[in-house]
Amino acid sequence: MTAVVRGEQAPGPSGAVIAAGDVTACWQLARSRIAAGQRFAGLFATGGGDVKALSVLLARPDGIDALETVLPPGATGYPALTPHVGAAFWYERVIHDLAGLVPHGHPRLAPLVRPGSPTDPSPGRHVEGYGLFTIPHGPVRSGVLESMEYLVETPGEAIPHLNMRIFYKHRGIAGRFTGLGAADGVLLAERAEGIASVAHALAYCHAIESIAGCTVPAQAARLRVVHAELERVANHLDAAARLCDASGLAVATARLALHKERVLRLVSGLCGSRFCRGVIVPGGVSGPPAMGGGDLVSAVGALERAVSADAESLMGTSSFLDRLRGTGPLTAARAREHGALGPVGKACGYADDARVARPYDAYPLTLPVSLPSAGPGPAGDALARLHVRWEEIGQSFDLIRAAATQLRLDDNSKLRLRAPCDPADGRGLGWAEAPQGEVIYDVTLSAGRIVACQPRSPSFHNLVLMHEVFQGDILTDFPFIEASFGLSVAGAAL
Amino acid sequence: MTMWVLRGLRNGVVTTRWPSRPDEYADAWRGPVTVRAGVSFSSEDVPPGGSRADQEADSGDQDLPSLCPTGAITADGEQVRVDQGRCILCGRCVARRPDLFTWSRGATGPRAAVPSRQALIVPGSAETDAAVEEARVALAQRVRALRRSVHVRHVDAGSDGSEEWEIQALLGPVYDVSRLGVFFTASPRHADVLLVTGAGVAGMRQSLRTTYDGMPDPKVVIAAGTDAISGGLLAPSDQGAGAVVPIDVWVPGSPPSPFCLLKGLLVAVGQLGGQR
Repeated sequence: MTAVVRGEQAPGPSGAVIAAGDVTACWQLARSRIAAGQRFAGLFATGGGDVKALSVLLARPDGIDALETVLPPGATGYPALTPHVGAAFWYERVIHDLAGLVPHGHPRLAPLVRPGSPTDPSPGRHVEGYGLFTIPHGPVRSGVLESMEYLVETPGEAIPHLNMRIFYKHRGIAGRFTGLGAADGVLLAERAEGIASVAHALAYCHAIESIAGCTVPAQAARLRVVHAELERVANHLDAAARLCDASGLAVATARLALHKERVLRLVSGLCGSRFCRGVIVPGGVSGPPAMGGGDLVSAVGALERAVSADAESLMGTSSFLDRLRGTGPLTAARAREHGALGPVGKACGYADDARVARPYDAYPLTLPVSLPSAGPGPAGDALARLHVRWEEIGQSFDLIRAAATQLRLDDNSKLRLRAPCDPADGRGLGWAEAPQGEVIYDVTLSAGRIVACQPRSPSFHNLVLMHEVFQGDILTDFPFIEASFGLSVAGAAL
Repeated sequence: MTMWVLRGLRNGVVTTRWPSRPDEYADAWRGPVTVRAGVSFSSEDVPPGGSRADQEADSGDQDLPSLCPTGAITADGEQVRVDQGRCILCGRCVARRPDLFTWSRGATGPRAAVPSRQALIVPGSAETDAAVEEARVALAQRVRALRRSVHVRHVDAGSDGSEEWEIQALLGPVYDVSRLGVFFTASPRHADVLLVTGAGVAGMRQSLRTTYDGMPDPKVVIAAGTDAISGGLLAPSDQGAGAVVPIDVWVPGSPPSPFCLLKGLLVAVGQLGGQR
């Protein structure tokens, strides 16, 4: 299949699927592209029965490619990519769990999303020493949190090693797409990572729209931007509120929770659903907003004033900053090597925001989005990640205002919010920038039905980095590090 | 710290007064789909106008149950029914057959949190209404010892993450569940109410069951959200999390709003009748 052009201005960013020969040739091509500066963005297996294929997602400056290699029929394994591309570590474990293929040479092939059997050996201790013990925390955790287990190896305070087990929430999302109609798939995409519904729906719809070669009408594109940015604001406020809660600032926690509630009420005022479900559809949006552009702009203005005032006070509270400074540092080198997404990467100075690098919908038409720089202090720590979130919230408000003022909703009868989008066959790649980072969908259709759909969640890509950020931190720093990553377990476990 | 004290007083009281006073946002809430009152249909019914809301190639199929991706719509003879416990609020039926289906309104209405699974199938009949009232009375009897103050243990049994946000909102200043005598606890031993989100996926079955078993009697289990009630879109079934633990109160929604959860908590402690 050749590259398909999307977007209102041609040529826009494109996704291409490239047949790359046998596994060895495919890995060679991937490695040479990564050495040339492209970013590893995912690896997954498709196909069932005897014939399986592997696809490597690579992000290049103006698009995303999937390098595909078809394995010989009846193959039970293949040479692992992880020894060459470390970021494939968790992806190959998922391939082993879900497709049954053995990546030969993988450093640690333990179940990641499939619950192990009682006869599996336990993970074992990674660090030896006097007085070391393992604290299993989860999957039922203290507080209202998603289910996940942390195995914390500790002599008491420090955390030399951390293990994460995410299989508890595995729902088998990728497999459920098969057989759905192209229009129904968006329902499932919205529920893959419920707090990033808009971004997942956008990435899925972009894939469908790229197969159909359809262009989203301008008004619909602007509405998509409004909802995507409101979702980003809600997520970042949630992360900030969790940090305040971890540090015991009750008033700050309550105020940020109030602002987040206002955002969710604003979203439900626009579309009837607090999580913007049922709005993003292939070809555009499902209907006009229930609120005019002027009302939206004034609501956003009031919200921005309140949030900025509290953010300023919070970033002047030294007891709070002390807990974040130097906590959970990720080195810039690791962020670049792994291709860290979203605020986690940006806090290390590594930014590859899909809205800027591979723009979609109305992003090219509204304000140019400038990449935020990391705040003061050692780059890559929890404080830097919070700085990045405040900057992104400010940009989001600007983007919403710009899109809302351009939304001409007076003439409803002439409002074109959805282009015909009814593809029958083909394969397409779609992406969007979720609050957690870039989300990618690789969709294959046949006769209007999905034969394969692989979501790549940013939470899954970034979560593995949590192993590496406990440098000199102690148990009480744990909630700060977790909150500063701001990931969704539902998206990681899929 | 004085700065934060003053800042906390800035907006006055933002907490809702529900249930002692009605709440506008709660009353305007768009809830699961319901059947329009007084509607009956025949299999010759044709949908009004050509709705361009859906571009699906197989739009020639006028069969009512096929409108719903989770199988919430049943049509037997003259009466069409919607199982609100399966409704994921996708809106397809409302868009394609607005003559039959409409959104329900109100996050604290009679169907927002119910003590019987059958109560979620609308329109109900007089028999189901009587059975629901019986279930409510039985539950209230069982939890009489809890009086007005309960501790809640939440377990995520495979949700998509949005239900947890709505539960966390209960702890915030707008809903403030502690003013109603409800508190969240980490230990199942201290808990009276088990609040389950998610469909009870395989990986969480054992942990959910262990948590339930660790709670002393009397205990109440609330299934919060369509996934927990019926598996939702991913695993449409009759039971959802009910396959793992016995459910006492069902709160539909995808996800249910914090007001629906508040109502569910009050129904669970026998504080609210079915009609408020």
